[in-house]
Amino acid sequence: MNLTLKVWRQKGPQDKGRMVTYRVEDVSPDMSFLEMLDVLNERLILEGDDPIAFDHDCREGICGMCGMVINGVAHGEQVATTTCQLHMRHFEDDAVITIEPWRAAPFPVVKDLVVDRSAFDRIIQAGGFISVPAGSAPDAHSVPVKKVDADAAFDAATCIGCGACVAACPNGSASLFTAAKITHLSLLPQGQPERDSRARAMVEQMDAEGFGGCTNTGECTAVCPKGIPLDTIAQMNRDYLRASK
Amino acid sequence: MNKHYTEGEPIRDTKAPAGPIEERWEKRKFSAKLVNPANKRKMHVIVVGTGLAGGSAAATLGELGYNVTSFCYQDSPRRAHSIAAQGGINAAKNYRGDGDSIYRLFYDTVKGGDFRARESNVYRLAQVSVNIIDQAVAQGVPFAREYGGLLDTRSFGGAQVSRTFYARGQTGQQLLLGAYQALERQIAAGTVKMNTRHEMLDVIVSDGRARGVIVRDMVTGEIERHLADAVVLATGGYGNVFFLSTNAKGCNTTAIWRAHRRGAMFANPCYTQIHPTCIPVSGDYQSKLTLMSESLRNDGRVWVPVKAGDTRPASEIPEEERDYYLERIYPAFGNLVPRDIASRAAKNVCDEGRGVGPGGLGVYLDFADAIRRLGREAVEKKYGNLFEMYERITGEDPYSQPMRIYPAVHYTMGGLWVDYDLQSTIPGLFVVGEANFSDHGANRLGASALMQGLADGYFVLPTTIGDYLANGPYGEVDDGAVAEAEAAVQSKIERLLSVNGTRTADSYHRELGKLMWDYCGMERTEESLRKALERIPELREEFWQNVKVSGTADELNQALERAGRVADFFDLAELMCIDALHRTESCGGHFRAESQDADGEALRDDENFAYVAAWEYGEQGPVLHKEALEYEYVKMSQRSYK
Ligand SMILES: Cc1cc2nc3c(=O)[nH]c(=O)nc-3n(C[C@H](O)[C@H](O)[C@H](O)COP(=O)(O)OP(=O)(O)OC[C@H]3O[C@@H](n4cnc5c(N)ncnc54)[C@H](O)[C@@H]3O)c2cc1C
Repeated sequence: MNLTLKVWRQKGPQDKGRMVTYRVEDVSPDMSFLEMLDVLNERLILEGDDPIAFDHDCREGICGMCGMVINGVAHGEQVATTTCQLHMRHFEDDAVITIEPWRAAPFPVVKDLVVDRSAFDRIIQAGGFISVPAGSAPDAHSVPVKKVDADAAFDAATCIGCGACVAACPNGSASLFTAAKITHLSLLPQGQPERDSRARAMVEQMDAEGFGGCTNTGECTAVCPKGIPLDTIAQMNRDYLRASK
Repeated sequence: MNKHYTEGEPIRDTKAPAGPIEERWEKRKFSAKLVNPANKRKMHVIVVGTGLAGGSAAATLGELGYNVTSFCYQDSPRRAHSIAAQGGINAAKNYRGDGDSIYRLFYDTVKGGDFRARESNVYRLAQVSVNIIDQAVAQGVPFAREYGGLLDTRSFGGAQVSRTFYARGQTGQQLLLGAYQALERQIAAGTVKMNTRHEMLDVIVSDGRARGVIVRDMVTGEIERHLADAVVLATGGYGNVFFLSTNAKGCNTTAIWRAHRRGAMFANPCYTQIHPTCIPVSGDYQSKLTLMSESLRNDGRVWVPVKAGDTRPASEIPEEERDYYLERIYPAFGNLVPRDIASRAAKNVCDEGRGVGPGGLGVYLDFADAIRRLGREAVEKKYGNLFEMYERITGEDPYSQPMRIYPAVHYTMGGLWVDYDLQSTIPGLFVVGEANFSDHGANRLGASALMQGLADGYFVLPTTIGDYLANGPYGEVDDGAVAEAEAAVQSKIERLLSVNGTRTADSYHRELGKLMWDYCGMERTEESLRKALERIPELREEFWQNVKVSGTADELNQALERAGRVADFFDLAELMCIDALHRTESCGGHFRAESQDADGEALRDDENFAYVAAWEYGEQGPVLHKEALEYEYVKMSQRSYK
């Protein structure tokens, strides 16, 4: 198949940036989206051009490193799929595809499609953990956990921290990301001692980073490659209220 | 004939205490000197890598009060490739009462490694395994549980007990997030300073000791020097030397190779694990291979058509014309034989012309029986995410037709040589996780890498590095050594940028990888290795004359990053082939076609090869140092899974 790509190019944080059009030919439908970009980049390098910078690593949908807005949708239109797992068989021959970085004030562009997501790490630093120094843990079977709780905690814990939720949200909110961690830990008995302080600190850090508020549009879960449910946000709000009492 | 190497003095681990194996680790812990709590803050440790090994090590050192600086090349420590581990983590908890014990895990690991690992290290690993599960659960790692609220387990290859703990198909992710969260807690506490998007390009060795690293800020291109009292490398495996592997695109050998060039010996570089269940290659644009977890072999049955050249779709091949070859050849372990055996068996049936799918490079992994027996819903619960991943990549539905799988490079048992304290041959340079060679011998059992990474990082290194630091201080760092390391890094970058040839680094990498797969892959022969050793230097020469790297040094430049890694892969590839050529026996993942028994199984040569091959870097070619392996507890025997 042959494609026309319109790609956001931006030299660095200070550069204004612009869309640049590229033609790519002989694309195999079995290629992944990133492999298609690899082919284009190989050509750009040989032509002495700067290849398109994009983040990626595991290429199996779990590291959370890749992420592009493809035709206006974070990670593209295929549901529950990271950019690296998107395959070209889902595009029409001769399609025009626009590719842009995540856009949100707390995620400044580093170069082209690469953004700075360190705000997420700082939200975890604020309280996204259980304080248990190595070697101090009791036997794993000393506290049984109901299967339903363990499963629900796992579902929330599958967040890969890619930032698609922020990119998709009209308010640029990081609520789904933050709520996923709060929910994961507050569903487990081990997470109880720090439950209040965790919710308070993480929500406050999220606000301090400049992410917007949640207005329940649900765009975040719609694009989430791991399908983190929207009701985690309700859980976060409950925990936050509880903590503020 | 050219031997490609010379032989030096034997080498030996001097740190493991003597005496009964169950007491050695306790003894070592007790004999290790302690650092006074007030002094810990003044001791500076660099940890490169934030995977299970590095993340857990940095967090734990921070908790103990050391002053830690940590590096990773991704934009967040949470993205290290440990995140991709699917199947599970072993531990000798014996929660099932099925006869498991520390001794049995130790035994299985030594045997699974085909008697090429150190007994003392493996025993300690089995001992510590139980603490890892406790630690992870306390951190909130959501392992799978049963209705009674207790932890669930499953079976993995090479074991007849159920000792693998798991979190659906995302065990590595959940364990890494546990370590990452502990690390972020220490970053907030100020004990760990984190540097993301930084690539380590050299080790600073001053007065014979590792005293720091040279790194490149991957955003600005700035070359930075960081000094410390000790350095820990936790930079993962080097499977990407084959270009196609199940590793992440950024996995590299640069950190350990640079350390090797500075004096750290490289042990058993040729021990590579080829994983039997990966999605087959679909085209020459392929950028990586995707693993389908070994846990699938619990319920999936592996088969190929009985007749060669049978191109009928799977559904049209009647039961009696299918060969469930693993069940046929290995009735005791069936589909759960260790990885090296399953991989080679797949290769053999494909070589016989019985492979399926494009190019005949695939075998079926069939869930029809499991779906009939357990129902689709139960299969979906267990493996749903893996099935989805398979469908996304291949466009085929594994619920209605069998998966096609083929072996792929997955893990490297070789790595920097370390003693019982996990210290390399450069004093002050410690190596943990997949980057060292320590515990898996010639073949790693499934679910044991996560165990080893966390054992090293949470429990072993924090004790042993304390002993090293307590024996300090080691004085001022020599300015000349720092300047020299920095200049070496700068000049390599300039050289790469100045060639301005006609081929990309990736295209050289692909060619090198193909060469390694063909000549130093699943099956090796003297002839193939000699060919590789002829071709690699030629290709490397061409690379340095003709590579094209666009852009400049002082910006985010992914073409430059790749070229630097490929350059190091060339050198490593050569050492791997030399190691593979010198080891004329077959053992574990290293299969020399000349050394097999009447049934085509790997034939060890214990008389001549019961040693670790530790290679020292030398300008005139590598120097081999042998560490003799002695087995006091597990009697050496030919492995049999029949
Ligand atoms: C797909 C897959 C599935 C697996 N499944 C299992 C399983 O189920 N069970 C099991 O036990 N094992 C499994 N393994 C193996 C296991 O995951 C790895 O061996 C283990 O996670 C390696 O951990 P590590 O901490 O040593 O390295 P990694 O997790 O690879 O971390 C390496 C770190 O080093 C950093 N780094 C590397 N080079 C540099 C450099 N030059 N400069 C700066 N930083 C650098 C990286 O940024 C990263 O932080 C699997 C492996 C793969 C690939």
